[in-house]
Amino acid sequence: MKVLVAVKRVIDYNVKIRVKPDHSDVDLTNVKMAMNPFCEIAVEEAVRLKEKGVASEVVAVTVGPKAAQEQLRTALALGADRAIHVQTEAPVESLAAAKLLAKVVGEEQPQLTILGKQAIDSDNNQVGQMLAALTGRPQGTFASEVEVDGDTLKVTREIDGGLQTVALKLPAIVTTDLRLNEPRYAKLPDIMKAKKKPLDTKTPDELGVSVDSGLKRVAVEPPAERQGGVKVGSVDELVDKLKNEAKVL
Amino acid sequence: MSILVLAEHHDGHLAGSTASVVAAARQIVDSSGGDIDLLLAGEDVGAIAEQAARLDGVARVRVADHAVYAHQLAEPLADLLVALADDYSHVLASSSTIGKNVLPRLAALKDVAQLSDVLDVVSADTFKRPIYAGNAIATVQSSDALKVITVRTTAFDAVGENNSAPVEAVATVADNALSTFVGEELAQSERPELGGAQVVISGGRGMGNGENFQLLDGIADKLGAAIGASRAAVDAGFVSNDMQVGQTGKIVAPELYIAVGISGAIQHLAGMKDSKVIVAINKDDEAPIFQVADYGLVGDLFQILPELEQAL
Repeated sequence: MKVLVAVKRVIDYNVKIRVKPDHSDVDLTNVKMAMNPFCEIAVEEAVRLKEKGVASEVVAVTVGPKAAQEQLRTALALGADRAIHVQTEAPVESLAAAKLLAKVVGEEQPQLTILGKQAIDSDNNQVGQMLAALTGRPQGTFASEVEVDGDTLKVTREIDGGLQTVALKLPAIVTTDLRLNEPRYAKLPDIMKAKKKPLDTKTPDELGVSVDSGLKRVAVEPPAERQGGVKVGSVDELVDKLKNEAKVL
Repeated sequence: MSILVLAEHHDGHLAGSTASVVAAARQIVDSSGGDIDLLLAGEDVGAIAEQAARLDGVARVRVADHAVYAHQLAEPLADLLVALADDYSHVLASSSTIGKNVLPRLAALKDVAQLSDVLDVVSADTFKRPIYAGNAIATVQSSDALKVITVRTTAFDAVGENNSAPVEAVATVADNALSTFVGEELAQSERPELGGAQVVISGGRGMGNGENFQLLDGIADKLGAAIGASRAAVDAGFVSNDMQVGQTGKIVAPELYIAVGISGAIQHLAGMKDSKVIVAINKDDEAPIFQVADYGLVGDLFQILPELEQAL
């Protein structure tokens, strides 16, 4: 079966971000970018399915600026066979991203599409669910285990109280949680080989999707700063302060 | 301009988070008028409907009671919401794993955007939400006819329970040929639920192993606290992942948060930095957690924890 895996270029998760002084957005100039950590897990899962002989082909797809090609090349170096870049310099909100991916799903007809559960920049946790809705497919969100069994997909999901297992009728959409797997690192020879793998570029216009959104970002502010507190010298002093100063005990 | 709130329930009880979602809905209604309806979907949820009807500000409780809604799978629940959504200007749910699973599916089916994890209502169409692990707060305006919103429940004080709203049945039965429930493994705990606890004590990688988490038990018992964990502690296999506090785990904002052996990575702070009082216990006095802690104690947690248990 064919597996489609969606990846996103985001700010590296270790970077401490800064809000622009004019409060229009977060400052992304000269900031290290990387593949969203949840997308790395999605790629890893797709590649493992290929190594098990379950998947015959892994196609990586991204929606984003020209520079997002880097993340597609990373996915190719990790084991994806080919890549599709839906290129746009415009900011793309979840719904438009899902519509673009739905077009790609329509063209490619993968049995399984894997995405990360959320991107660490917008923290939306929406695209996979929206893609499932637009393609009329079942969704296995926040997956910590995925098992293909004929035309059924068993997905163990991380839910608030523990774990839930659902059976989905393929074709299906899955979004990854942290504990689905441990992503591998790309090896240098694979990075070199990835440069030769096919990478197809499309535009939203070609796919017939508008990237306009009903959402307008009015402002971006830094969060309220906490006042740094004091260090206490002993447990007794700590308990005393919690009782008499903070009054939380 | 009426609002539909998706009620959340577990094991025959209304989840505490629902009262906070209704509080957010009331703030929208305050600026725009309209009624708040609660949708309760599930199987054999009659007793829960009575609980839901008591929530202040609720005009009516709409109950969809059918086997197809048991386990609140996304596919049938989203279809049910689609069938009801035309009567409403806003659909709200808690940003729990259920809300996050179902609402984006509804939004896409209605061809509208979704606002995730809203923590402040500016007006009926403008909301604040955290981005970049809470390191920036975005004010977002929606021009869509239907606003689909998940609510960060720690940011809204739960409404009271002095109401007696009418309860009526919803006849819509979704057809679900796509997904089936297989089973679940729920963590059993006598302790308060992490998201709603007044006191939370969390352990990190510094705990060393899973057994050492028992050092937190006595303190948690004395304080009536829930026990949480950092991602590092979960990834190391010390404790189960439903205990994870942070950007990708649970967001908590208790009166008192005690972080033990937790360095304070950006992703962890995202889940607890709105706590009223933060205490950090860590042997590294350079650990970033001390920058947000109201009270810091530098030292070996294996000595400090038993002492603390004694002193309480």
